[in-house]
Amino acid sequence: MSTRELARAVIAMVFAGCASAQVEKPNLGRAATPTEIAGWDISIGPDGVGLPPGGGTAVKGAAVYEQKCQACHGTKGAGQPNDRLVGGQGTLASKTPVRTIGSYWPYATTVFDYVRRAMPYVQPQSLTNDEVYALAAYLLNLNGIIGESDEMNAQTLPNVKMPNQPNFIVVYPGTGR
Amino acid sequence: MDGARRRFLEWSLGLLAASGLMARRQEALAAEPPEVPTWMTSPGAGFNEYGAPSKYESKVTRTFGRSQAGTTGSGAIRTPLEALDGTITPSGLHFERSHSGVPDIDPVKHRLLIHGMVKRPLVFTIDALLRYPMVSRVHFLECAGNSQLLYQPTPPSLTAGQTHGLVSCSEWTGVPLRLLLDEAGADPSASWLLAEGADAAAMSRSIPMAKARDDALLALFQNGERLRPENGYPVRLLLPGWEGNMSVKWLRRLKVVPAPIMTKDETSRYTDLQADGKSLMFTYPMEVKSLITRPSHGMSIAGAGLHQISGLAWSGNGKIRKVELTTDGGRTWVEAALTEPVLPRALTRFRLGWKWDGAATVLKSRAIDDAGNVQPERDKFITEHGSNAIFHCNAIQAWSVSANGEVKHVYA
Repeated sequence: MSTRELARAVIAMVFAGCASAQVEKPNLGRAATPTEIAGWDISIGPDGVGLPPGGGTAVKGAAVYEQKCQACHGTKGAGQPNDRLVGGQGTLASKTPVRTIGSYWPYATTVFDYVRRAMPYVQPQSLTNDEVYALAAYLLNLNGIIGESDEMNAQTLPNVKMPNQPNFIVVYPGTGR
Repeated sequence: MDGARRRFLEWSLGLLAASGLMARRQEALAAEPPEVPTWMTSPGAGFNEYGAPSKYESKVTRTFGRSQAGTTGSGAIRTPLEALDGTITPSGLHFERSHSGVPDIDPVKHRLLIHGMVKRPLVFTIDALLRYPMVSRVHFLECAGNSQLLYQPTPPSLTAGQTHGLVSCSEWTGVPLRLLLDEAGADPSASWLLAEGADAAAMSRSIPMAKARDDALLALFQNGERLRPENGYPVRLLLPGWEGNMSVKWLRRLKVVPAPIMTKDETSRYTDLQADGKSLMFTYPMEVKSLITRPSHGMSIAGAGLHQISGLAWSGNGKIRKVELTTDGGRTWVEAALTEPVLPRALTRFRLGWKWDGAATVLKSRAIDDAGNVQPERDKFITEHGSNAIFHCNAIQAWSVSANGEVKHVYA
């Protein structure tokens, strides 16, 4: 075999190697442990899967709210300087709709999910699960959706019927609007 | 100099004057031949390790509205569309919408977790992601709330960028998401994916698996360099053509799930309240839209004669097929030239030569995409969707030109 033929053979082998490397998957992720997943998985869907143990009522939630939420969301969720959380039912078809948890949000589980991950704004993920349940109970009670002594927990929260839920029209999948 | 060129120069100078750059005109005149300009009579500046725009362009900046009360990083900043040309947005001028500021993420410490309905839950480092096969695609990103001021009963007295600047376009380079879903062994029966960011809001959205497997990218590079912090460094999701909020920045977690999680940003926000009180949910693709960027609100056209109209068109549903312009308030429409390449789900530049007779008129553009969608007139759009939706406004933008050349936002 001449030097040139040898070079060609080597080049052919290298290209063959490249071709097989492309079908091979990189597989560079490492296995995640259940403990790692549990520490990060904070999303709660409408079925309530993943809601943690614990619970709270509106009475307990009022105290947490006054301490940690009221400065931004006003007395009893009335709003100002930031989003209003209470009221607005019956306004959605008007010229000045008021979107709040009570008038607009379709799922009660979203209150738990969002408050736990993102609130209070300056200290997200600092509330205990009991505090988050209590706040959810307080805000749902202020909106007239549950009673003052109804406990919100992993069983009860997903069963709360939000008044505006039937007014959402799911567009996807479809041809758009 | 022929008449047309002189008029074009005058119009250009008019624009400069309009943008407060009159001083530049004086300098330009001072360098007229036969004078040798001063910058040719001594050596220029040395080298920069990272370049910056000319100091004479310092007025070309994003427009920041305001952050939510008591916060600094909860709001949006808009691209100055009227000051740019071509289709790629400089990374430093790309719009930004953030929900709780820009996190300072050490890429060595950042992790991406893929779990849920998968055979093998996996954790990826950024170094690992950088070893995967990548693709590069040019795509616009548009906030679902872009152009929302057109829902107002009166036209906002704001520039094109201040009104429509929550859209930008970049070349994105990254790993096709389907590669990682395959490696994790995502359950074929699972039709949704929860995507979560590593910002202080842990911003999260549910993504249809069909989109994730179609053209979704884990973007690591923007316009050739690593992502800017405000655009998701070190890794973001990119869902071409869909509302920007879904292209979750600072991506840290993907959970394969059987149904949407119904996060705050897909229920209380990014749903479109209609006039009858019902709300449209999961209106993902950004609808076909266009606007004339030059001339546009706040500019001044210096006299009758030949001018070049320039603007942008885009559609989340595919390519722009055609852009039609009217320079007579809607009586007649003519097709504008599209600058190649015309790419799907990317900003497309259109241009048209226009001989202005000096009379007051109204300019409008109307885009049509290759799926046949036609950008609607504003009155038709409002009749159909009401004024409360906040999101997904793609109504036609009208600019009036007065006899003295002033360009203003009008509803017409």
